[in-house]
Amino acid sequence: MASTPLTYLNHEHSVASWLLTKDHKRIGVMYLVVVTLAFFLGGLFATLIRLELATPAGDLLSNDDYNKMFTMHGVVMVFFVLIPAVPAILGNFVLPLMLGAKDVAFPKINLLSWYVFVIGFLFTVYAMVTGGVDTGWTFYTPYSSRASNSNVMMTGIGVFITGFSSILTGLNFMVTIHRMRAPGLTWFRLPLFVWAVYATSLVQILGTPVIAITVLALAVERGLHFGIFDAALGGDPVLFQHMFWFYSHPAVYIMILPPMGAISEVIACFSRKSIFGYSFVAFSSLAIAIFGFLVWAHHMFVSGISVYSALVFSFLTYAVAIPSAVKTFNWTATMYKGAIWLKAPMIWAIAFLALFLVGGLTGLFTAALGVDVHIHDTYFVVAHFHFIMVGGAVMGFFAGLHFWWPKITGRMYSEIWAKVAAIVVLAGFILTFGPQFILGYLGMPRRYHVYPDEFQVLNVLSSAGASILAVGYLIVGIYLMASLFKGKHAGANPWHATGLEWTTQSPPLPHNFEVQPIVTREAYEYSSQEVTVG
Amino acid sequence: MASRVDNLYFFIVAVTAFFAVLVSVLVIVFAAKYHTKDPLAVGQPIHGSMPLELAWSIIPFLISVVIFAWSADVFFDLQRPPDQTIEIYSTAKRWMWKFQHLDGQNEINELHVPVGRAVKVTFTSEDVLHSMFFPSFRVKADAIPGRYSTVWFTATKIGEFHLFCAEYCGTSHSGMIGKVIVMEPAAYQAWLAGGVGSGSLSQRGEQLFNDLACNTCHRSDGSGRGPSLVNKFGAPVELANGTSVAVNEGYVRESILTPQAKLVAGFQPLMPTFQGLLSEESVIALVEYVKSLRTTGGGGPRTASEPSATAPATPQNK
Repeated sequence: MASTPLTYLNHEHSVASWLLTKDHKRIGVMYLVVVTLAFFLGGLFATLIRLELATPAGDLLSNDDYNKMFTMHGVVMVFFVLIPAVPAILGNFVLPLMLGAKDVAFPKINLLSWYVFVIGFLFTVYAMVTGGVDTGWTFYTPYSSRASNSNVMMTGIGVFITGFSSILTGLNFMVTIHRMRAPGLTWFRLPLFVWAVYATSLVQILGTPVIAITVLALAVERGLHFGIFDAALGGDPVLFQHMFWFYSHPAVYIMILPPMGAISEVIACFSRKSIFGYSFVAFSSLAIAIFGFLVWAHHMFVSGISVYSALVFSFLTYAVAIPSAVKTFNWTATMYKGAIWLKAPMIWAIAFLALFLVGGLTGLFTAALGVDVHIHDTYFVVAHFHFIMVGGAVMGFFAGLHFWWPKITGRMYSEIWAKVAAIVVLAGFILTFGPQFILGYLGMPRRYHVYPDEFQVLNVLSSAGASILAVGYLIVGIYLMASLFKGKHAGANPWHATGLEWTTQSPPLPHNFEVQPIVTREAYEYSSQEVTVG
Repeated sequence: MASRVDNLYFFIVAVTAFFAVLVSVLVIVFAAKYHTKDPLAVGQPIHGSMPLELAWSIIPFLISVVIFAWSADVFFDLQRPPDQTIEIYSTAKRWMWKFQHLDGQNEINELHVPVGRAVKVTFTSEDVLHSMFFPSFRVKADAIPGRYSTVWFTATKIGEFHLFCAEYCGTSHSGMIGKVIVMEPAAYQAWLAGGVGSGSLSQRGEQLFNDLACNTCHRSDGSGRGPSLVNKFGAPVELANGTSVAVNEGYVRESILTPQAKLVAGFQPLMPTFQGLLSEESVIALVEYVKSLRTTGGGGPRTASEPSATAPATPQNK
């Protein structure tokens, strides 16, 4: 290495150059650091949960500590891992590159988003170390407003603050996609990841204010005893659930849409062809984002809503399932007559497909009114949403991370270990959450610290799977870290992928491109690809 | 009902297994068949197919509609108890289930029922949300402070079955469990007869009705300052604001605790509130007393031990 090229990583080195950066790439990396910390914290809570549940008796943790563990696991994983993972990390890093832009539309607001996120996280961590919170991540009233003695207020403040980070990021990305596309990059030439991020931004902007209002109302009731949700104060406990799920169901799409976008990129790249049914995949993202706002009460079929509203919400839930099915079929069809290069990102993507398939299909059970009455609030639901949020969102995140890691760091990770890790995580995941479907149908309720002996065998299987899963994630952490020091240099385009992000060097220049790219091709034109600058 | 839920469940298992296998096999076959080690190889430029897109949109939608309709049908029956049921009241509080039988027996975390008879449980919560979940009968409903919920089931086997709280309620949520003891009808009658001799639930309600001086206004002949309550339960009643409301358990409860909320037409808002003065069990006793005020169809307190002549057909699982 005679001379090291200038990159966004090496042009400045001071701590201040990171903490005050307006570079979307550095901000993406800073999100990666915080989200990784949060993932380990949430994973630690999950480990304690699975250890406790290895035996029917409550022998490791006290009742209250167990209740805090699953609450804090949920709060950390939902608000500080799943929601920011793909949009804030991968979206921040690759979105402007994909658009051929120098940065996002509002770089200072982008940095502000990160700070708001970190401050929200610090409030939440403070709530946890000073006693924790035990309401469940759903904060259902009147337990949260009246009965719980834990740090509900402080956690609520953390969630409230973090929401603004999500809103600002969504706004920033939406404006960026509208205004910052390179010449020639028309809407229908956009990579599908961009469509997915656009749809996600819509949900972030429209949905997140509702959770802020909900948390605020909860704080007013808890702090000032102002009756909103508590029947004893003249409020309605079910109203809280309506408001909470009006955000928190669409939030599932904040978690899953961007990974779906990453999967579209990976499958197209490693099948060496255009995505099958581009416009159907693109519009299905928008359809999911919009229909996603109309299904919230499917979380409430046994919460005392009327029979007729249950009917409407069940039907709409089936309607929102169709665009997800369409995506799955299109990804599968994309592989038909492809030239399939089974590199690590593709293995992670195939693992995503397998788990998302199960997660999506088991949604047909929970949407079915007559079946949901039985499986609601059981381990069936726990298994279902982990298949979506971990099997789907986290696997999709890892597929994307492995795909763009050479671009982010300029280094290649160990291909063999990456494939091994994907298979270990897949196997560990299936063993962890597969048995929980059966547990749920047999009637084991969720959030149970102590359970009847007859459920032990399946719980032991689940805990054993969780230990394999933990090993899998650790392997990922190790070889990715090792790649930073020992990894081979990646070159601009190690996957021979299309897309503007691959036309600049790895790691990219501080300002992304030497010259403004001009787009003359459709997305994923592998038949006419050219070898790009290295 | 449990078998109907299971039939639907296994139908969905079959449908989803078919699609899971279909997609998995296709992905594996494609990955094996079109696998290449040449990074510069290029796939065939196929961009899509409208007929395929329509097919895999419409076919899943039609299958979804079938599942939706079937599950809605099961749901309607789960939500609507048959006309003839054994009625039981329950109050959930952290962390126990209290049951009140019409004959006067009370029990905690145990529920005795006869085999082959439809049982309806009407319940509420004294504090936070809970959820009454009988996994063996495939039914569940949240216990909501300030409202009544119901579940109903027909036990088809003798034995003991789980009762779980399914809605997280704090420290001992997982300890808020109990059992349903399903008995032969004769054994159930013996169990009922062996209860404490404090009178039936409606007699306790009547006692409260007199002790709280409800009877000074709610006179049975209609000459009091409040409406007569005889024969009112189950029928609609005209309200002062011009609308009407069905007199059910929830309305009676509301009228005791917040009397001005839905005032009956022709009466003054004179009644004091009993909010905070009555336990949920006492409210239930009063509700049951109001239900028992019938001049036709037998009248008098209702009991669970009525011979099957007055509670004729045992509802069958469809």
